[in-house]
Amino acid sequence: MTERKTMATVAAYAQTQDTPLPEYTAKDFESDQIVRWCPGCGDYSILAQMKRTLPDLGVRRENTVFISGIGCSSRFPYYMNTYGIHSIHGRAPAIASGLRATRPDLDVWIVTGDGDSLSIGGNHLIHICRRNIDATILLFNNQIYGLTKGQYSPTSPVGQKSYSTPQGSIDAPFNPLRIALGANASFVARTIDRDTRHLQQILKRSHDHRGTAFVEIYQDCIVYNKDAFLSMTDKDTKEDHILYLEHGEPMVFGKARDKGIRLDGLQPKVISLKDEGVSMDDLLVHDEHDRYGTLSDILATFQEREGFPRPVGVVRNIERPVYEDDLQKQVDKEVARGGEADLQALLEEGDMWEVK
Amino acid sequence: MAKQKEVLRDVTIRFADDSGSGMQISGDQFTKTTALLGNDISTMPDFPAEIRAPAGTLAGISSFQIHFSSTDIHTPGDEVDVLVAMNPAALKVSLPLVRKNGILIINTSQFQAKNLKLADYASNPLEDKSLDGYQVFKFDLEQQTADALRDFTELTKREIERTKNMYALGLIFWLFNRPLEHTIGWITSYFDRPGRDKYIEPNVTALKAGYIFGDVSELFATSYEVKPAPLAPGKYRNLHGNTGICLGLIAASQKSGLPLFYAGYPITPASTILHELASYKRFGVKTFQAEDEIAAICAALGGAYGGALAVTASSGPGIALKQEGISLAASVELPLIICNIQRGGPSTGLPTKTEQSDLYQAIVGRHGETPLPVISTSRPSDCFDVAYEAARIATKYMTPVILLSDGYVGSGSEPWLIPNAAELVPIDVHYHTDPEGFEPFSRNADTLARPWAVPGTPGLEHRIGGLEKEDGSGNVSYDSDNHEKMTQYRAEKIERIALEIPPTEIFGDEEGGDLLIVGWGSTYGAIRTAVERQRELGKSVSRIHLRWLNPLPSDLGDVMKRFKKVLVPELNSGQLRTFLRAKYLVDAIGYNKIQGLPFRAQELEEQILELI
Repeated sequence: MTERKTMATVAAYAQTQDTPLPEYTAKDFESDQIVRWCPGCGDYSILAQMKRTLPDLGVRRENTVFISGIGCSSRFPYYMNTYGIHSIHGRAPAIASGLRATRPDLDVWIVTGDGDSLSIGGNHLIHICRRNIDATILLFNNQIYGLTKGQYSPTSPVGQKSYSTPQGSIDAPFNPLRIALGANASFVARTIDRDTRHLQQILKRSHDHRGTAFVEIYQDCIVYNKDAFLSMTDKDTKEDHILYLEHGEPMVFGKARDKGIRLDGLQPKVISLKDEGVSMDDLLVHDEHDRYGTLSDILATFQEREGFPRPVGVVRNIERPVYEDDLQKQVDKEVARGGEADLQALLEEGDMWEVK
Repeated sequence: MAKQKEVLRDVTIRFADDSGSGMQISGDQFTKTTALLGNDISTMPDFPAEIRAPAGTLAGISSFQIHFSSTDIHTPGDEVDVLVAMNPAALKVSLPLVRKNGILIINTSQFQAKNLKLADYASNPLEDKSLDGYQVFKFDLEQQTADALRDFTELTKREIERTKNMYALGLIFWLFNRPLEHTIGWITSYFDRPGRDKYIEPNVTALKAGYIFGDVSELFATSYEVKPAPLAPGKYRNLHGNTGICLGLIAASQKSGLPLFYAGYPITPASTILHELASYKRFGVKTFQAEDEIAAICAALGGAYGGALAVTASSGPGIALKQEGISLAASVELPLIICNIQRGGPSTGLPTKTEQSDLYQAIVGRHGETPLPVISTSRPSDCFDVAYEAARIATKYMTPVILLSDGYVGSGSEPWLIPNAAELVPIDVHYHTDPEGFEPFSRNADTLARPWAVPGTPGLEHRIGGLEKEDGSGNVSYDSDNHEKMTQYRAEKIERIALEIPPTEIFGDEEGGDLLIVGWGSTYGAIRTAVERQRELGKSVSRIHLRWLNPLPSDLGDVMKRFKKVLVPELNSGQLRTFLRAKYLVDAIGYNKIQGLPFRAQELEEQILELI
């Protein structure tokens, strides 16, 4: 009989584990395809930061897989010199789940957009988070449909004018962080295309997390929704509009670092550190590891609150069982219990009789 | 009292009661014992879509039919010889299936005003002479069961009542001279768990009491015997169609060395494939219950991309949801097996009834020009071979394969001659590993298959996707000539699978004759029986049965030309017939039934006689 290719031998078949990890540069991750995003698109920055980050992750290029759906962001895999699938609309998490279930040796990234993951692919997004499949989801949120030429998306704000909403959108938008947190994603973060250093840090941290890492990346669609995040990227305004989250640190923001977040019962309040009797000790301290997500749930609401800064950074980071680990454990246990796989014995299982 | 023993060639028994009452278990146990005695058998469960519709109603009747014989048989029986009816609704639903002068074993305890009304009986059929044309054996089965179990004082009335299916089974065992040992062994192991072991003794007691009742009661003067059938030598087991698919897939996994990955979403009548594969993890099988049908096909595709033997299964509505994913698999040319265990449609249709109405969907479904190989099962005992062949072709040609089965084959069972695993045709699969000159969409000269280059292989990093690919390099290409070329490659690749199909076997007049019946799928048994009977009567009727529906066998056109008339019986409005007429310009005649029921051999015989 042919030698059985178990998951491990499939990996070994393909891999030369004994050779040292090559010293990669960003260039090694560049494919030979011409990048076809609009000039000035925020996607360029994300692509560049990804190529800069990958050499630092300690992962072989051949073990890296990018899986995307449909949309501008989903062209991403074509531009990476790794393995990749540009699949169908919204389904990247499902494909990634099947790949990780069978090939836990691979490093899987999912690249998606707000329409791809929150509209047509909403079901797969919540279920990959629920199962905690070890993959990193990069959701490029530009609050618009780009590739289909300018329809409002499930994250477009009410009132947004677009080709499909000439009088303004009347759809209440999704808050992507709330979706991920509600689906119990074990790692939830947010970053911005133009904040290159922060983006690189978050890419690295999301990769290093075991389990589903959900990263919302604010991304500027310069053709159909230009400057949607301007207040958070413009150097004059951004510090008053962004709250950089650091685990164990009080929540301070503002150009003069003179504003902070305090909890008043269950409600967060923006307070001024200049006010009489207010000190750093009054401020909410960030805790990524809050198991039940009370703090992360509160942080996710900031975007819906008037006068609040937008939190960026790691909102939540907890450990919980990874689906494909447990699947493998069940298989290993059954293999150990059942002994050598004997096909003939399987075929003859149950009530058998013989005709002479 | 000495009782008579009569020898019969074949018998069809139908057990009928409220669903959830254990009639499927009684039928299953009778089948197992009968199989072990060496009879040929064919079974068919028939149950409502609802789990437990209200007791006593016509909608809630669950039945199990078994045909067993001392000769070679191919169907679960046209007509019922023995009906076990546990209440008025069971009688009402099943009586039309019982032959004239057939045996009715009736539990009288349920024939009171309330249940007669639920079953829509204006008067009590046990009293109004409407059953005069049958041999009626009526007695209070529930009271007799309760009497037999009167010493089990710790059991509730309800618990005692639940053993009535064993009492009925015991009686039928006596009626057909079957031993009780096998079922006693099953009862003992089934209830062998703390908290449930108290049910072992009552069930065994009920089983024995039913048997003894048959033996001593003056009600029954005759018992029957059906001698073993002359099956070909070898080891056998009773096999359900869906089990055959599971075993075929595991065998393909073992022989190819590819790990088996199954992603599915629960749907009747395909769910048992998910259940069974989930229990075979010791063969390295991984199963994934996806969030929906779309996720199931996509997860399977992810598994195939990673190098697994990837499979999904569903039924009509679920397959419709998967079509976009199947098209992606066809476009990126990855091996996949998509099983469609057909049921009555459209939409939710008749979830527990059988139909062959997804042939169109299988052959011309999807979008764009996306021909795919379509293979079909014809009976429970060929499901193993069909699944194994689907896996061999999928990996050899790097293509999704649609496997068409249906509820009748999937849930039915018959003896299966167990193959020798060592003698199965090899499935040689090689992942591509050589970076030298690697192109993801280069093609094997014979099969036109592209290389299977799995992630993790150094130097073969490449991207695939749904956008049209450039011939060879696989890079995105919008070139018009390239698109036409790639479309033709994908179609030609599927056409070449015809080279794998053996010459069409004609059962009957190989040189030609009056009538050829072209069948496919689960109509096999009824067609075979009808043709054999009519040939015995000297009619020039022959038959062929197609396993591959796309591509069709290369010699099919030539074979059909040898006959004056071609008849295509299908449990749809004529889907295969349409393809045959279009492709071969043959004036094929249809015989079609869309009632959620299999053909009876007799109705096909009538059709044959009409045409000859």
